[in-house]
Parts: sequence; C-alpha cells; structure tokens
Amino acid sequence: MNLHEYQGKELFAKFGLPVSKNKVITSAGDAVNACRDIGGNNWVVKAQVHAGGRGKAGGVKLVSTPEEAVEFANHWLGKRLVTYQTDSNGQLVNSILVEECTDIAKELYLSALVDRGSQRIVFIGSSEGGVNIEEVAENTPEKIIYEPIDPLTGPMVFQSRKISKVLGLDVEQSKQFSKMLPKLTDLFITHDLSLLEINPLVITQDGKLHCLDAKINIDSNAVYRQPEIQAMHDPSQEDPRESEAALNDLSYVSLDGNIGCMVNGAGLAMGTMDTIKYFGGSPANFLDVGGTATQERVSKAFKLILADPEVKVVLVNIFGGIVRCDLIAEGILAAIEEVGVSIPVVVRLEGNNADIGSNILAESSAEIVSLNSLEDAAKKAVELSK
Amino acid sequence: MSILVDKNTRLLVQGFTGSQATLHSEQSIEYGTNIVGGVTPGKGGQTHLGVPVFNSVHEAVEAVQPNASIIFVPAQFCKDSILEAADAGIKLIICITEGVPTLDMLIVKKRVDELGITLIGPNCPGIITPGEAKLGIMPGSIHLQGSVGIISRSGTLTYEAVKQTSDLGLGQSTCVGIGGDPIPGTSFIDVLKMMESDDQTKAIVMVGEIGGTAEEEAAEYIKENISKPVISYIAGQTAPAGKRMGHAGAIIAGGKGTAADKIKRLEQCGVHIAENLLQIGTKTKEVLG
Repeated sequence: MNLHEYQGKELFAKFGLPVSKNKVITSAGDAVNACRDIGGNNWVVKAQVHAGGRGKAGGVKLVSTPEEAVEFANHWLGKRLVTYQTDSNGQLVNSILVEECTDIAKELYLSALVDRGSQRIVFIGSSEGGVNIEEVAENTPEKIIYEPIDPLTGPMVFQSRKISKVLGLDVEQSKQFSKMLPKLTDLFITHDLSLLEINPLVITQDGKLHCLDAKINIDSNAVYRQPEIQAMHDPSQEDPRESEAALNDLSYVSLDGNIGCMVNGAGLAMGTMDTIKYFGGSPANFLDVGGTATQERVSKAFKLILADPEVKVVLVNIFGGIVRCDLIAEGILAAIEEVGVSIPVVVRLEGNNADIGSNILAESSAEIVSLNSLEDAAKKAVELSK
Repeated sequence: MSILVDKNTRLLVQGFTGSQATLHSEQSIEYGTNIVGGVTPGKGGQTHLGVPVFNSVHEAVEAVQPNASIIFVPAQFCKDSILEAADAGIKLIICITEGVPTLDMLIVKKRVDELGITLIGPNCPGIITPGEAKLGIMPGSIHLQGSVGIISRSGTLTYEAVKQTSDLGLGQSTCVGIGGDPIPGTSFIDVLKMMESDDQTKAIVMVGEIGGTAEEEAAEYIKENISKPVISYIAGQTAPAGKRMGHAGAIIAGGKGTAADKIKRLEQCGVHIAENLLQIGTKTKEVLG
C-alpha cells in the first residue's frame, strides 16, 4: 500500500524529522488561507498522486501569490495527472499540498527498504539527489552507500557517520543526521514500511538537513496491524478493478490484452500468461482465484474479468490439487449461469477427478470448450481471441 | 535416500484443530505421513484425527518427540509459532501460512539461522518425498517416487512440474516449495546444496519467478558447486513492472527482477532453460537422456 507525500510528511513530523510547514487542501478556495497560515512570500504547490515524475508533468509549481495557488488548485483538483510513472489515464488529483518554500543549497538522496539479499533493513544514501537513483547506481556506483541495519542493535552512530561521509555532510550536519537515522528506523519498523524514500533530502541555505519529499510504501501483509495507516488508504489512486478484487480477496492485475485469465495459484497464473504469449496471444489480466476455487470465488472472478470490455475469451486454468475437479466444474457452470457469460470460455482442468470434471463441462449447454492439456487450451484461447 | 523428510519423520501440526490444518493433516496421514500430535492452545488433552492435542509445542516435544513441525496458524501468529517450535528444539519447521509481515520474518530468519534450524516457507506448499512422507498441502496422487528433485517458489506451478515428470515416468526424489515471500526461511541455494549430496536425485528442476535476485544467486552457486544437471523455468515473462503478481515477492522493482535477466544469467551458468512451463518435463527427460 502506498501513501501520498503529505501523509508521508505527517509521519515524518510525528517522528521528529524536519519537514516544511505545510497545509493540505481539497478545494481551491482553501488555498488562500493555507498560504496565509504558512506565511512568507513564496509557496510550493504540489498535486498529490501515487506516482513520481510530478514536477516534469506540471504537477508541482512555485507560486508567489495566494491567487496563483488558487489558480493551480483550480486547474488540477478533480483532474488526472499523467506522469512517466502512470498509465495514459493518469492518477486523480484529490488534494494539493501547499508548502513553505525551502532555499536549497544541495540535493541528496536517502532511502530505506527491506533488502532481500542481506535480509535486513538497508539504508541507501547518495550525494546525488533529486535525480533517478537507478541511473546513479548504474553510472557512478561509488556515490552510493548501502548500510544494513542489524535487527538486534538497531542503527549505530558509526553507521550514521559512514552514511554522512558518502552524503558529503559537514560536522554539524553529520550530528543532525545521527539523530535522524534512529528516528527513520523507528518509523520504518513502527509502521511496517517496505520502502521509505526521501528524494531529495536537502541541505538548506542555512546548512540544515531537510526532508523535501516523502515516498512511503507499507508492507501489505502488515496493514492489518496499522490502523493509522489504514485510515490513510486512498482507493481513488488504484485501478478500480484491482481494488474490487482486493476486497474479494482475489489477486488481480489488469493488462492490455484480450484473453481473460482465471487461474489458481500466483505462479501458475503467471505461467498461464506466459503460455498465452508463447502461442501468439495476449493476456488481459493476471488473476489468482486461490486454492479453493469455489463457485462464489469463480463468480466474482468472472465478473471482474468481464468488466474489461477488451476481453474476447476467458481461459480458466485450474490445477485441482486437494479440491476435486468435478466440484470445480460444477462451480464454474453455476458461476457462468449466475454471471451470464456470453463470450467463449476455454477450461483446462487438471488433477483430482479431472476427467469427471471435463465431462460435466462437455455435457453442459454453456459455450465451453473443455480441454485437458494446457497447451491445447492456450492454443484454443488464442485462436478464439483473434 | 531423499532430503529433509522420509519415513522416519515424526510430524507435529501447529494450529492442528483448524479447518485447513485438519483437511491437510487427514490427507497427509492417508499418504502415510507419521503425524504424532498437534498443538492448539486451550485444547490440550483432546484427541484429533486419532492423535493427541497439546497446549504447547514444549509439551508435545516431551510427550511424543516430534522432529518436524508444520504450521497452519493465521499470519499474525506465525512469528510466535515458529519461534515456539524453535525454542522447543524442533530442527525442521514448515510454515504454510500466507501473509506473514515481512518485518516479522526478518527477526524470525535471524533467530532460526542462529539456532541452525531449517525453516521452509512461509507462504509455501511444503515438502514431499514421494512414497515416504508428505508435509504440506500438495496433492499426493500426482507424485511418483523417482529421480528428479524439484525446488519452487510457487505452489500450483510445482504441481505442473511434478505432473509432467510423473507422466514421463521420471518421478521425484523430494519436492520443496520454498514459498513466494521476499524473505523465505530457506533459499534455492540451501536446497540445491542438499540435493547435490542426495544419491536419489539425478537432476534438479528449479522453478523460479520474477522479483528479487534469488535465481541469479542460485545460478552463480550452480556454476561453482552443482555437478548434477539443473533445469529451470521462470514464470512471469509477461508480467508488467511495479505490480505485485499475487505473491508478495513477485514484483519487478526498479527494472530489477525480470524473467529475462534471470533466464540470461541461468543460461550463462549452464542451467538448462525450459522456455515455457509446458516443457519442464520434456526438457528434464532430454537432459537426463
């Protein structure tokens, strides 16, 4: 689960990390008061969406009158912002962050994530901030430090000194950073983050470290124990079908092809997509219907798949392990009737009682092609999609 | 021979009286697995599926001497259940549950490593040594005792590999589902090492998927340390970047973890690639000659 920048900064402030004075607005009229409350003569207004690249897309602006802030808010609120990280539809702008202006002397990079290799929380720092960190890693790897945190000790002062050196901090800034590092770790662990990124972390004109951006992702497995984070969830930033699927405990990702896929198991679902591509077709989605594949779940899955107008055929691939395929076949038929599926459905059942299951499907009046091998089923689905 | 589990395995089931644990324990017993007891706090003293229920792993260890434990408790209790089994001295722990918070696993993994414990999972189908013992949720009927060792990050995809190698008469020595989470208790490399020194295993099938660099690390290890032929299939060749494909660990992040990268590295290290999942069995047969 992702947070907006303003939500990330709320958490930063709560953990005692330096962020700019700011206000969030959801209607343009509030911009004037927001600027007044913050004070000063310049403000930065930032469209809040779950995507990077906002600056280049016109979603961030420096303004010098409250009226300009109103104009910016009027322009963006309710519209969709398209950046290089979004699809062509972009993300809906529901809120604008108004911030006091920061005088920047230098831009740095700092992030923390769970590193699979070392199996630790790792801090990544670089003297090159405000740019794409993957490029820095590629071109000038010596400008990046990876510092793993031992879960037993937590971050140590010597580690903050190591990171400070690579960031190029002076003695005072290094001291400030040694106080920030435990707070960042505390935030990471307290709220079950999977990613925390400050790009840029800046040194201000008066020599202080300051968090100018905040990108935070939360481990979706741990959201259940994060009530404060749950309240920050913004469904408008997600694909509506993916949100609907999540509510029904189905794993769904929409793609741009025309063969709807319903598979049990995430690995097999990916393998099925690959097989469709292998035979020259194009999958419309990833969908893991789960190990049990009951009528209820299959019905919900059909509804999701058919909500995509591009879908011309549905390929159902179920490896019935513990669950008997004859029961799954009955569930599929009932679901097709319940949902009113009017496009062809190709079903491949394998495993326990697969023959009986296939017979049940073959004898039904529904427009179903039942095949035992995945190869035949995938080829048939591709043929029907053309 | 086989790895990790065989006829001598004495299995304890944690979360024993729950519906999933009951269903899969019944199937395991039917397969011939020696389940010696189960744990459900508060239900100690009862009998379930013909074996005793205990309030704690420690009580079970004292009474029925299990040497492996399988965990079916809900995700929020897995950290506690794994550490309880570890504290009670069990050296092989299998966690089937999906959805364990990553930060819980960081702590658990460090602890089990310190204690020299093999933890399989979480979010995995378990382990099976065909004809001997089934510690997991895989369908026993598709397996055949044989010569192929199978290691996989995915459940149903493992079943495909199993079915294909059974249909071709090759069969399996042991199948280990290491699970689809970012921090698995056991890695591909851990299992490869065991399979290399197992006489029954003549070839190894490694089923990987997008996300992380476990396959790349395994590739380097295979090049230096594995003399047996390794056949690999990588799922997610058509997966988009930045989207989690069901498994918590299956995500292409920052351009890293793509199927193409993994396949390239595996090929460079002498691993035989099954281009499509339909070819896992035939490729293995071809390699074995």
